[in-house]
Amino acid sequence: MPDTQHTTVPGASEAPSTPRTGKISKRRIEHFVAPLEETPLQAVDSVREDSEPLGFWAESWRNLRRQPLFIVSSVLIVLVILVAAFPQWFTSVDPRSCPLEFARMGPQPGHPLGFTYQGCDIFARVIYGAQSSVVVGLFTTIGVVLIGGVMGALAGYYGGWLDAVLARLGDIFFALPLILGAIVIMQLPAFRESRSVWTVVMTLVIFGWPQVARITRGAVIEARNADYVTAARSLGLSKFGALVRHVLPNSLAPVIVVASISLGTYIVAEATLSFLGIGLPASVVSWGNDISSAQISVRNDPHILFWPALALSITVLSFIMLGDALRDALDPKSRKA
Amino acid sequence: MLMYMLRRLLQMLPVFFGATLLVYFLVFATPGDPIAALSGGKPMSPNVEAALRAQYNLDQPFWIQYGLYLKNLLTLDLGVSFSGQPVADELARAFPVTARLAVLALVFETVFGVLFGLIAGLRRGRFFDSSVLVLSLVVIAVPTFVLGFIFQYVFGVELGWARPTVGSGAPWGDLIMPGVVLGLVSFAYVLRLTRTSVAENMNADFVRTATAKGLSRSRVVRVHILRNSLIPVVTFLGADLGMLMGGAIVTEGVFNIPGVGSLLFDAILKGETPTVVAVVSVLVLVFVLANLLVDLLYALLDPRIRYA
Amino acid sequence: MHMKRLLQGVSVTAALALGLTACGGGDGDTAAAADGSYVVTAHNTEPQNGLIPTNTNEVGGGRVVDLLYTGLYSYAEDGSLQPELAESVESEDNITWTVKIKPGTTFSNGEEVTAQSFVDAWNYGADSDNAQKSQYFFETIKGYEESDANGADTLSGLTVVDDHTFTVELQGPESDFPMRLGYSAYMPLPTVAFEDMQAFGEAPVTNGPYTLAENGWQHNVQIELVPNEDYEGPREPANGGITFKIYDSFESAYADLQSGNLDVLGEMPPNALQNYQDDFPERNTSRAYAGNATMVIPGYLEEFQGEAGQLRRKAISMAIDRQQIIDQIFFGTKEVATEFTAPVIEGYNPDIPGSEVLEHNPEEAKKLWEQANEISPWPEGKVLKYTSNIDGAGNKEYITAIVNQLRSNLGIEAELDAVTTFKEMRDKVGQDALEGLSRAGWQGDYPSLYNFLGPLYATGASSNDGRYSNPEFDAKLLEGLEAGSVEEGAAIFNEAQEILFQDLPVVPLWYQAAQAAWSENVDDVVLGWDGKPLYHQITGK
Repeated sequence: MPDTQHTTVPGASEAPSTPRTGKISKRRIEHFVAPLEETPLQAVDSVREDSEPLGFWAESWRNLRRQPLFIVSSVLIVLVILVAAFPQWFTSVDPRSCPLEFARMGPQPGHPLGFTYQGCDIFARVIYGAQSSVVVGLFTTIGVVLIGGVMGALAGYYGGWLDAVLARLGDIFFALPLILGAIVIMQLPAFRESRSVWTVVMTLVIFGWPQVARITRGAVIEARNADYVTAARSLGLSKFGALVRHVLPNSLAPVIVVASISLGTYIVAEATLSFLGIGLPASVVSWGNDISSAQISVRNDPHILFWPALALSITVLSFIMLGDALRDALDPKSRKA
Repeated sequence: MLMYMLRRLLQMLPVFFGATLLVYFLVFATPGDPIAALSGGKPMSPNVEAALRAQYNLDQPFWIQYGLYLKNLLTLDLGVSFSGQPVADELARAFPVTARLAVLALVFETVFGVLFGLIAGLRRGRFFDSSVLVLSLVVIAVPTFVLGFIFQYVFGVELGWARPTVGSGAPWGDLIMPGVVLGLVSFAYVLRLTRTSVAENMNADFVRTATAKGLSRSRVVRVHILRNSLIPVVTFLGADLGMLMGGAIVTEGVFNIPGVGSLLFDAILKGETPTVVAVVSVLVLVFVLANLLVDLLYALLDPRIRYA
Repeated sequence: MHMKRLLQGVSVTAALALGLTACGGGDGDTAAAADGSYVVTAHNTEPQNGLIPTNTNEVGGGRVVDLLYTGLYSYAEDGSLQPELAESVESEDNITWTVKIKPGTTFSNGEEVTAQSFVDAWNYGADSDNAQKSQYFFETIKGYEESDANGADTLSGLTVVDDHTFTVELQGPESDFPMRLGYSAYMPLPTVAFEDMQAFGEAPVTNGPYTLAENGWQHNVQIELVPNEDYEGPREPANGGITFKIYDSFESAYADLQSGNLDVLGEMPPNALQNYQDDFPERNTSRAYAGNATMVIPGYLEEFQGEAGQLRRKAISMAIDRQQIIDQIFFGTKEVATEFTAPVIEGYNPDIPGSEVLEHNPEEAKKLWEQANEISPWPEGKVLKYTSNIDGAGNKEYITAIVNQLRSNLGIEAELDAVTTFKEMRDKVGQDALEGLSRAGWQGDYPSLYNFLGPLYATGASSNDGRYSNPEFDAKLLEGLEAGSVEEGAAIFNEAQEILFQDLPVVPLWYQAAQAAWSENVDDVVLGWDGKPLYHQITGK
């Protein structure tokens, strides 16, 4: 097949000047009706007509809680949040007690994962590092999705000058180097003396929103022309109502995907900022800090990198799974009664 | 459509000036004295400092500095760096190298991201799907400098399949490995975006219709599923091009590539305003153009999208 | 010749800050080794300025400038002076020096090197209008104030007597003045340089053991040097040229060294300290050089003033287990400091009275700290900050280790206060805005005890970060400078160090050592007194 498929418009896909019928006639058609296994008729047929129709969100929730993916990811997330909130329940070792004589040693009794380059207990640091990392990851993601989502949805849905202004603003913020912005923000009088996870969250949100905005904008542009939107509008739904009721729910999938991956990259970005002295103070324990400090040990003592990276992976994994489950639940097309 | 493109291109002007102003101000606002750093911590007489400050207009208030910068810009003079190099020359050296690197990364993440994402989306929950999930997790959780170091050590030093650093002139061949490393995180995004869209579209009406029409499976996948799944991917890639151009600091450092990322990073740390402003301005243009291209692609991918 | 501070910045700033000034040296008899045609590739960082001697104050440019130019002297491997163009440099009063230079040597464009070539170059360097970064090297020469404050074009202390003789009049007596003259700021320049210094810096015409190849400087990629046929002197090239490859990070240079794309790497990345001896068996070396690492305790901090302050300074010094940090963080590649200078300097004495304060003694440290608190309590909840700009060169690691030791040995809260940029760090220092300890370190530009003391601890000295001031110490320094000989001076400087041990304006940590490794293609890699490879001696195999 010609690989021009990617770049041509449907209806003109094979030869723009030839009517479609002529094209089809050249083809040997094997059967006029698709084989049963390729036709998901059951899904259509098995609608239960006796049950009360549910609202969109209620139905989504019903779908969601039935999914094994959702259950597994929820359990994992609850566990991570517990660790983040109450690290002292999980270890009695002080993560900041780092006798240099233990530097880089392997597991010892009472220290199941061994020691860092500085001789800190890796297990204790992974447990205590959850808090700031989860706060940074989670709240940056929430902030970015809220700001980026609103900006992107408005720009994509209304188009015109609003799109021009918002999208170009996004372009400028996109091009601003995070490091430059972070250096400036972190030395603002308000933050210089009180650097915390929240200043890091704020910085990452300011420089992270354009990505989500662009993704949302693209999805909204795609969805706003769909038949069901036209139908809803012709049934008298207001323009804004159509955005909230129909366009947004149908645009969420890519946003969820980007958000769930970005959650992990924000945790790593915190590490980069901290590494440069514009993130968290050195005394704050975080996965990101430990991962970047492990840079020096990669070759000789990879276990120092492994454990915090594993903790980060598990957290990201649980949010990716939650995102998948959410997407499935929200997508009316994939609903099976 | 032509009007639309023209309008978009005209928008570049305010964006460009807005960006230079903002960036100029940000560099101006960074703490520390660039001249004090030039001394390397060694003694420097106040008179020499004053002479250096005057040389770079650093003795002027912000608006005068910016005004002088704009004035020079109109004559296409981008200023000089602290090392006395014309910034235009620095850009001319760094951008082609980084552009090659970014293109390689983009090709890698697009080809493998879309391919793997498509397969994973068609076979959700199977072994392949789970494997690529683990792969994306590794890519997200292990920082680029570590992945870069591992690639460099394993493929460059131990196996000798590639040069561990990029040679003089940064030829395409040397840039393949760095390009892959640079594209890895975005690869995870592309992969998961494709997978999700594909999974979503498999249940769409038009796919059912196409299947019912009797189209072969491969044709349904290619023409109907894939094409309709590409909008979020294309959106992401458009924005990513700019990120790859400007944000390759770590990759460029690991593989010793004299590109835009390290140029920008060093200039930020040194407070070298003309270089930072010039690099960021070019990056803004890259973003604007890439996004215009993306918007045009939307119309090609989905005929329902029209631009007035 | 001066010293410079080892306050490294991130990435490129590292090169700025690490302004080691290379000083060549050599034993002069290696010219015949091998067939001498092998072109050696060596690691370097991008020079921060054009290749102009008086404007080069960092290591990337220093390595190149030292090979391109030849002045009156160069430094031998052990740091001693070896004559290059100097026939004699003499003085009767240590104030007015008469310099005689060898006749008949030329720059690579054929111009003869005369007394005027030196005087013009020095005048140019001292004139503040030219904003040369090594301008302060001329500050002891008479007329400097005029050149500095009013931009006078010439130094009144410099007089050309004839083509091969000039005199230098200093502001005061300086017995070791000739020791300075191997430093790159004192190199001669041809007349063509003054026509367009910017262009000259890109493609200089020079008189050293090497010259820049045509279009030899590809920015951020490499700098190609070819042997100078006309050069005659102690640094005769034993190879067919040096190609400096430019790296942003030591890690990538190390990878290139491992795979044979690089011949010589003169500094190991922190993550290779553990491995370099195994990776390059028989092809590595380590040498203590004239540099040290210290920790500044600013005099303007209330908690560190008076009697309580003295006790706290001692407590901090004794709470640090230097040997353990050297073993665990640096894998034994440093040496515990026993005083304020460096062991390779003539006159070094490891047993200066008072030096026991540098020994690790956590019990005593804790006791002293508590005694201090009885006099004036440490503020409730105050965090002892240790300020440093951070980069990949191992600073973050050792400071974290020290901070951990202070926390556990003194029972206080202490943390690394990481500063992103070198310029921000210098700003804090310059404005007396340090809030606690801060990182410092010195690299001698010429091998002299005074160099490790005067610019750092004299009242009002330009690099006195902690604003230390003790008239008794200042007097000792002056006394040492006026001593009749280097030995006499050294004894007095070491007496001055006794005062420092009482006051502890800084806490000495360790002496630096340089590690180098090389590929199978080369041989005869030797590190000089300043820790830099003696490039001209390297031979091909």
